Amino acid sequence: MTDRRLIVIGASWGGLQAVGEILAGLPGDFAVPVLIVQHRAEDTGDLLAGLLDRRGPLPVREVEDKDTLAGAGVLVAPAGYHVLVEPDHLELSTEAHVRFSRPSIDVTLESAADALGAGVIGVVLTGANDDGAVGLAAVRRRGGFAIVQNPETALVATMPAAARSSAAPQAVAELSEIAPLLVQLADGEAPHAA
Amino acid sequence: MTEADHHDRELEELELELLLEAVYRRYGYDFRGYARASLRRRLWRRADLEGLRSLSGLQERVLHDPHCLERLLADLSINVTAMFRDPTFHQALRRDVFPELRTHPFVRVWVAGCSTGEEVMSIAIALHEEGMLDRSRIYATDMDADVLARARTGGFALEKVRDYTRNYLAAGGTDSFSGYYAVTGDQAVFDPDLLRTVVFAQHNLATDGSFNEFNLVICRNVLIYFGRDLQDRVLGLFDESLPRRGVLALGRKETLRGTAIEERYEPVVEAERIYRRS
Ligand SMILES: C[S@@+](CC[C@H](N)C(=O)[O-])C[C@H]1O[C@@H](n2cnc3c(N)ncnc32)[C@H](O)[C@@H]1O
Repeated sequence: MTDRRLIVIGASWGGLQAVGEILAGLPGDFAVPVLIVQHRAEDTGDLLAGLLDRRGPLPVREVEDKDTLAGAGVLVAPAGYHVLVEPDHLELSTEAHVRFSRPSIDVTLESAADALGAGVIGVVLTGANDDGAVGLAAVRRRGGFAIVQNPETALVATMPAAARSSAAPQAVAELSEIAPLLVQLADGEAPHAA
Repeated sequence: MTEADHHDRELEELELELLLEAVYRRYGYDFRGYARASLRRRLWRRADLEGLRSLSGLQERVLHDPHCLERLLADLSINVTAMFRDPTFHQALRRDVFPELRTHPFVRVWVAGCSTGEEVMSIAIALHEEGMLDRSRIYATDMDADVLARARTGGFALEKVRDYTRNYLAAGGTDSFSGYYAVTGDQAVFDPDLLRTVVFAQHNLATDGSFNEFNLVICRNVLIYFGRDLQDRVLGLFDESLPRRGVLALGRKETLRGTAIEERYEPVVEAERIYRRS
């Protein structure tokens, strides 16, 4: 079993608020690297990392090409780039948009599942498209842990609903429950959520 | 489950390496040092489209069917580019690099991985507006002969011109952008004079050597496709091609930090990944 772990959080419409709430709930000594893939316009520079950095105790920065995963903290996929995962580092790519998105949540989740198997925790949040559904299913198939924000209470239901039906996630959670769940999973406890 | 996955990945890695080795030995295209995750994704996409269930299957087909190789090469090439891509980069180039270039009697620029030429055209326009184009020579290289052929035409899709105009203005363009091109069908064809001092040539960063000395080397959004070792090789190539105070410009998400040549360079504008050899 691999000891390398990675949390990938995918979000689209309404994501800034939702991701911010999760980061606000993670402690400053949270040790598992977190990679955020948030859809947004391509010319927004590193604005998002700056905004999220203020939401919680963990420092947030944009992914640099070939960033090492160990001790990476919280990383944000840069606007206009896909982020792919290798066992010990991250790669950037400007290959074609996948379902109109770059960064694409599917691309990151699929390659994370490929590289880290059961070490991956995938989270799909609010959004108005179905990016993340295929990727989260891959996470699940490779033995990882899949979490979907409850579509009924998400700002936009489409994306989490698609992920829920394609991935059969271990947890469908309220936004406020996600950070505590991640802390639990990071500590290696079996989660209680169903 | 986990054990099985682990095993599969090792086997897949082996198949992938054999496939790249085969493509290199048989056809001379060297992707062995490219960034793996992105390569793996694209190889699998080709395998799926060919109806094949493994990368060894793809290897067999590629070796026996040159048409399949062509399709594979098309999948592996990423040529996305734009005029004045990342306008703040072009602005910084003009503001913080051109003044020193101006002090040279002759300016040599290498645009490595120039793709279809949008970036070269942008640099040529900026040099023109600064009155330096006539005493400049731009070497624009790419490994891909097809993109070079398109670059030489100086024509770009008309539908992109609105975005390019906005970029041009944001990059600090001082003239009227529409004065640089004529519309022919669905193409905006740029003034051929702008490419007068440009030499387009095929050059492979993975296998070819340094070929000249330059005041400015621009290589943007190419290094991200390379693995760390190949990145080091290519940075070494740039290092050999730059004299003291020569400038190296990388893409928005590419950096010299943590590389072998880092200590010889100081940032000119770190945020824009513009460095100067000390
Ligand atoms: C994404 S484009 C970047 C274009 C332009 N520099 C820009 O930033 O807009 C990458 C280019 O690198 C070229 N390339 C990839 N591998 C190369 C190699 N080994 N040697 C030379 N060029 C290469 C590709 O053919 C492609 O045209």
